[in-house]
Amino acid sequence: MANLTDTAILGTAPRERPPQGESNGFKLLKPYIGTPFNAVMTFACLWLIYRMVAGAWGWLVTRAIVEGGPQTCKAAAGAGACWPFLAAKLRFMVFGFYPYDEHWRPALAVLLFLGAMIVSMIPRFWSQRLLWLWLTVVVACGVLMYGGLFGLSVVNTTSWGGLPLSFMLSSVGLAFGFVLGVLLALARSSKLPAIQVIAVVFIEMVRGVPLVSILFMASVMLPLFMPDGVTIDKLLRAQVAIIIFAGAYIAETVRGGLQAVPKGQHEAAAALGLGYWLSMRKIVLPQALKIVIPPLVNIFIGFFQDTTLVTIIGLLDFLDTVRSAMRDPAWQGIAVLEGYVFAALVYAVFSYGMGSYSRFIERRLKTDHSHGRSG
Amino acid sequence: MANSASSPVRLLYDVRVRAVLYQVVAVALVLGIGLYLFGTVSRKLAEQNIATGFDYLSRPAGFVISQSFISYDSGNTYGRAILVGLLNTIWVSVFAVILSTVLGLVVGIARLSRNPLLSTLALLYVEALRNVPLLLYLFLWYALIVAVFPPVREAWQILPDVFLSNGGLIMPSIRWSAAHTGVLASATIGIVLAFVVAAFMRRHRVASGHARAAWPFVLAALFVPPLIGFLLFQPDLVVNWPEKGRFRITGGLQVTPEFTALLVGLGLSASAGIAEIVRAGILSVGRGQWEAARSVGLHDRQTMRLVVLPQALRVIIPPLTSSYLSTFKNSSLAIAIGYPDLVMVSNTTMNQTGQAIEGIAIFMLVYLGMSIAISMLMNWYNARVALVER
Repeated sequence: MANLTDTAILGTAPRERPPQGESNGFKLLKPYIGTPFNAVMTFACLWLIYRMVAGAWGWLVTRAIVEGGPQTCKAAAGAGACWPFLAAKLRFMVFGFYPYDEHWRPALAVLLFLGAMIVSMIPRFWSQRLLWLWLTVVVACGVLMYGGLFGLSVVNTTSWGGLPLSFMLSSVGLAFGFVLGVLLALARSSKLPAIQVIAVVFIEMVRGVPLVSILFMASVMLPLFMPDGVTIDKLLRAQVAIIIFAGAYIAETVRGGLQAVPKGQHEAAAALGLGYWLSMRKIVLPQALKIVIPPLVNIFIGFFQDTTLVTIIGLLDFLDTVRSAMRDPAWQGIAVLEGYVFAALVYAVFSYGMGSYSRFIERRLKTDHSHGRSG
Repeated sequence: MANSASSPVRLLYDVRVRAVLYQVVAVALVLGIGLYLFGTVSRKLAEQNIATGFDYLSRPAGFVISQSFISYDSGNTYGRAILVGLLNTIWVSVFAVILSTVLGLVVGIARLSRNPLLSTLALLYVEALRNVPLLLYLFLWYALIVAVFPPVREAWQILPDVFLSNGGLIMPSIRWSAAHTGVLASATIGIVLAFVVAAFMRRHRVASGHARAAWPFVLAALFVPPLIGFLLFQPDLVVNWPEKGRFRITGGLQVTPEFTALLVGLGLSASAGIAEIVRAGILSVGRGQWEAARSVGLHDRQTMRLVVLPQALRVIIPPLTSSYLSTFKNSSLAIAIGYPDLVMVSNTTMNQTGQAIEGIAIFMLVYLGMSIAISMLMNWYNARVALVER
């Protein structure tokens, strides 16, 4: 037995206790109470979590006002969430001043839009057919919202508002901004100095100023640019501003992708006799765009949040309809927190979902890459 | 062959000729659009009898601004009003950048903590701030400030002569004069001098190998110039005490709720981004660096300060620059809650004079100039810390 020889050798030395293995329980607890500092942090965190959960639970559930009207909520003086406010104002907050009986139209448009988005998020469906899908969906959404066809009554853009408007501004902004951005990126990485300079000046000018200023410019100056007799819709002005803004930011992202495509790809395309546009379309851009999908999704999240700024030039986006609901004379000053929390949740759910998708795509693309290397 | 190469059709297939042609067409197109727009705009402005030019800048503004750092009243010119707005923009941006950097550093390090509770809480903080629009937070903070604090008439007196209400925080201040500006300037000189002395002492230590206590010299460099400035300018220390009237509090230094809401909103939302930047930067430094530092006998804090952070900074600085830039640009959201920044003052000016194009041109140029200045400054710093490849 090995033990015997060991003891024989160590026989003269005082017996040492074997190092005490850490018990399983301690191992589990070590990250929490490993050092005094860590223990203090753990207790501070636990206390904070307790306060947050207890506070939220009390506000949302135990102290909440479930039934009643503005007066009941006013009497409670903000001790708990005022659910009647949400119940009474939900449809207004989501659809704004769109005619009440026609709410199914923006609702359907949003569903169509979300459906198209989910389809285009699944890598299996990535093909040029997506372009046609989006074209159809955009036209269908436009017809649904504006009406005038198929016996639908005409609803002017001035009464569009709420969540459909936010979705529309950000997705149309991204779609057109994407086209503009790719063109700008190609121009900026062009070998022709004049074209490069034009692109650089445009991109840097737009990126150097805040979105608010571009919105202002679009809403004040765009009408002045138009020839006589052409009026330009307020919604369209904001949309143009967002497209310009999106284009400049997307251009920089796409340029990063273009730079990541090895030079050999350009040369191989040229060796096959492909011209500039053909080699860009068939060889370079597909590879470049694939790389930039995750940052593009992040840009989209940013634009979805930035569409809130259109309220500054007087459009009724989702944040604005929520604020209008809170300013309703009957509810004035009663449900301030409720409105903002509701709006924040809607934005957070959407942004978080898109963010998780971006991380998923990033992981997926990464594994694809490593397969390519090893195989 | 020479014959056909020089024919005009053949010439079109020459790559160099084409390149020139494309560029000429592009430039002509841009110039054409520009000229057309300019023509339309000036014709329309003439039709609507709107004056053009920047003469209005020297006319009296006639509106008040709730917060200004240089003396300003409604009798001053539009130009001065816009300057006040610009200073307000810079003021809130600087504080927001400092706040976001400190918070972002703390949260970024907390994200890397081995304590799962702490790192999860930090993640929650980041996600909660990143996934909700900044404008919503601005409205929310502003509404909370107005709701939580009492009206001015019932202002809380938290310290003698310090009042807190939904009209803002009001505290005693020193009546400012040119002499004070002189002292401030000499204090700035002192700070710069302290840095120079510290850098000099460090270089000396590295070159000679003799460690000499540097702090007395640095302290002297820091405090002697303001002391001289104080003796030289002899500023009066007249305190401007706030006085509580029946409806409002007059005098003293006032921190407005608009400023606070904007500062907190900008600072918090930028801190979430900075936390992620810091985290990515620290993670980019390989484990081997930690192990090597430990094996030469550095302890954790020294490793962080001397080995990891200098390397992480290279990764951190470029995205940090764009974060600072967007904080500066996002301060233009001030107009939504009524903080008198550059955009808001310009907007008031545009509404009064009707000269929208000039107003927009001014604030766009200012933002553009400041953005370029900040990115040049940060690029210079980045070049200093960048890895010098041999």
